[in-house]
Amino acid sequence: MSTAIKDTQKMIEEILDAYPEKSKKDRAKHLAANDPSGQCSACQVKSNVKSRPGVMTVRGCAYAGAKGVVWGPVKDQITISHGPVGCGQYSWWSRRNYYNGQTGIDTFGTMHITTDFQEKNIVYGGDKGLDLALHELKGLFPLANGIGILSECPVGLIGDDIEAVSKRVEKEFKYPIVPVRCEGFRGVSQSLGHHIANDTIKDYVLGKGKLETSTPYDVALIGDYNIGGDAWASRKILEEMGLRVISQYTGDATINEIGIATKAKLNLIHCYRSMNYICRHMEEEYGIPWMEFNFFGPTKTYDSIRKIAAKFDEKIQKNAEAVIAKYKPVMDKIIEQYRAKLEGKKVMLYVGGLRPRHTIGAYEDLGMEVVASGYEFGHSDDYKRTYPEMKEGAVIMDDATLYELEEFTRRLKPDMVGSGIKEKYSYHKLGVPFRQMHSWDYSGPYHGFDGFPVFARDMDMTVNSPTWSLIRRKK
Amino acid sequence: MRQIAIYGKGGIGKSTTTQNLVAALAEAGRKCMIIGCDPKADSTRLILNRKAQNTVMDMAREKGTVEDLELEEVLLHGFKGIKCAESGGPEPGVGCAGRGVITAINFLEENGAYGDDTEFVFYDVLGDVVCGGFAMPIREGKAKEIYIVTSGEMMAMYAANNISRGVLKYAQSGGVRLGGLICNSRETDKEYELISELASKLGTQMIHFVPRDNEVQRAELRRKTVIEYAPDHPQADEYRTLAKKIADNKNFVIPTPITMDELERLLMDFGIMESEEAVA
Repeated sequence: MSTAIKDTQKMIEEILDAYPEKSKKDRAKHLAANDPSGQCSACQVKSNVKSRPGVMTVRGCAYAGAKGVVWGPVKDQITISHGPVGCGQYSWWSRRNYYNGQTGIDTFGTMHITTDFQEKNIVYGGDKGLDLALHELKGLFPLANGIGILSECPVGLIGDDIEAVSKRVEKEFKYPIVPVRCEGFRGVSQSLGHHIANDTIKDYVLGKGKLETSTPYDVALIGDYNIGGDAWASRKILEEMGLRVISQYTGDATINEIGIATKAKLNLIHCYRSMNYICRHMEEEYGIPWMEFNFFGPTKTYDSIRKIAAKFDEKIQKNAEAVIAKYKPVMDKIIEQYRAKLEGKKVMLYVGGLRPRHTIGAYEDLGMEVVASGYEFGHSDDYKRTYPEMKEGAVIMDDATLYELEEFTRRLKPDMVGSGIKEKYSYHKLGVPFRQMHSWDYSGPYHGFDGFPVFARDMDMTVNSPTWSLIRRKK
Repeated sequence: MRQIAIYGKGGIGKSTTTQNLVAALAEAGRKCMIIGCDPKADSTRLILNRKAQNTVMDMAREKGTVEDLELEEVLLHGFKGIKCAESGGPEPGVGCAGRGVITAINFLEENGAYGDDTEFVFYDVLGDVVCGGFAMPIREGKAKEIYIVTSGEMMAMYAANNISRGVLKYAQSGGVRLGGLICNSRETDKEYELISELASKLGTQMIHFVPRDNEVQRAELRRKTVIEYAPDHPQADEYRTLAKKIADNKNFVIPTPITMDELERLLMDFGIMESEEAVA
């Protein structure tokens, strides 16, 4: 075992020492020193298990995964939060999934619709109110192409038969009414919500769309939620390569677009964690191959472009090289501009299910080093993909607690931390430069060639802002 | 004020027994109230001589929320001034009847439905203690005594034992106690002895053995208790005796529920169930 790994293990042990015995034993399984080779068994973290009560996990719930991540961005369907008002209200438009369209006319992304459960709905059931809501929505928004019913906890507790309502109304409306059983108490994090949502896409939408013509270059862009316009930046690259993106979901997606996804020749998946289920399903049922790619930072983007092109003919491969040749000078200039200010800066990441590994290359392009990274709801396959991306002895954390994050920050002294809204303000108080890496801190896009200049600017702005030096720090 | 909850297997005669004994108490001049904790809302039919139309939850649904409700709309008066309220709730298969019971009891309490002069409040609770809602009447600060209606039929005894388990849980955390078993006779073999024995195993008493009599059904068909319909009938005296025993009861215990095996052994001892060797 190398010294780097041993040093990190010692640091983890010291941090864990503050815990009571049982918590310590439990949390020890979720923190590790990185071994890029994946050989060291003590360096594998345990994941996708229930959080320890009292540790202030920042995880979300199944409803958050199904509504906020997967279903919410589908723009021409209406998402109903079925249950009391709070879940819908507090998850209202928090992910900045951009879309084109006239909101309230043919698209409904920024709207918040709930069946607003009262005591009487709990006692007498919410099905009648749901039926009424569906009919009201049909009257108010005749151009909608589908309605999703996203279950909040009480729906599961009282056994509301939303499937029966959906089946009845679907016949009448002639578009998908999708009952999603994503009650928040199911599973250990938002991850199960993604899976449940994938299953409903499969059962209610997939294979039901209309596509006039097919070409050998038809691909689907999956698991891009178009945060700050990410999917548009990714799509642009694929189109410049000569590929036809027939389906892009769920960011800026339409119901029909998801319906025709089965016509794609290749499924390209960005966020593996949230949508690998649908890719595997299409591979088994429709024989469509799928591959993961990474459009964060020029190095990974060039690499992904070439890997994608390799799945097609020479024409596409030629185009791919032309695309790289076209953008490389622009990217090199960006790197030259920002690298000088960011070289050698240390980054600590703690994000959801993809970015803890996918953004590493982008930081490295700017000369920065990711010294610690972790997932809120990653599974072991995510960690396996992460180990080779990080240096030996880097910190790997799973479902980290606020205490652990603060301790790692204190000891590793990163120049910047990238995490979510729940962590943001405690880092502000610590006086540590912080970037919200779920919603890009109201910026973006960060994907592709359009995104990298924004990413580089934002990281510079964060790390080198004079604001941080004005904060009084605890001695 | 004594708050009393009546539990027992579905169809065992909880509502009939409760209404008859409350009628007997009222006849003796005691101030009583019955709260039906069953969405079927038939716990007060014999006292009101009609089915209660305005249940707490039905009215709350009509008005929008329970906060919009007035006590007078749901608190009715029946035979000899007995106060009656029904929690109400959904038709079978939808919603959450247990939540309805919680909401209704909270509403009645907060709005002073019990009043100052009420001596006895009886909660007539649906079937088994299937979830938190149906345990509402025996939570802290509510019913302190429980009577379980049972008969010599195995499933009724099984339910009685199961309910004792629920009582045990709340007895440990709160002050609820078991006051006894009421045997509502189905004329099964050695019923009196069997239920007496079950009661002693549970650490309690068979407070009264109510014999089977068709007069009860005749009265029910006329939406009346026996006390009101046939006050001179011997069955009316049975309910008067039960009422007096409950009013005078001092025997309140934390039950000692038995295992399924023990229950089966009890039935074998009484020759009701054959042992496996005997069957072989």
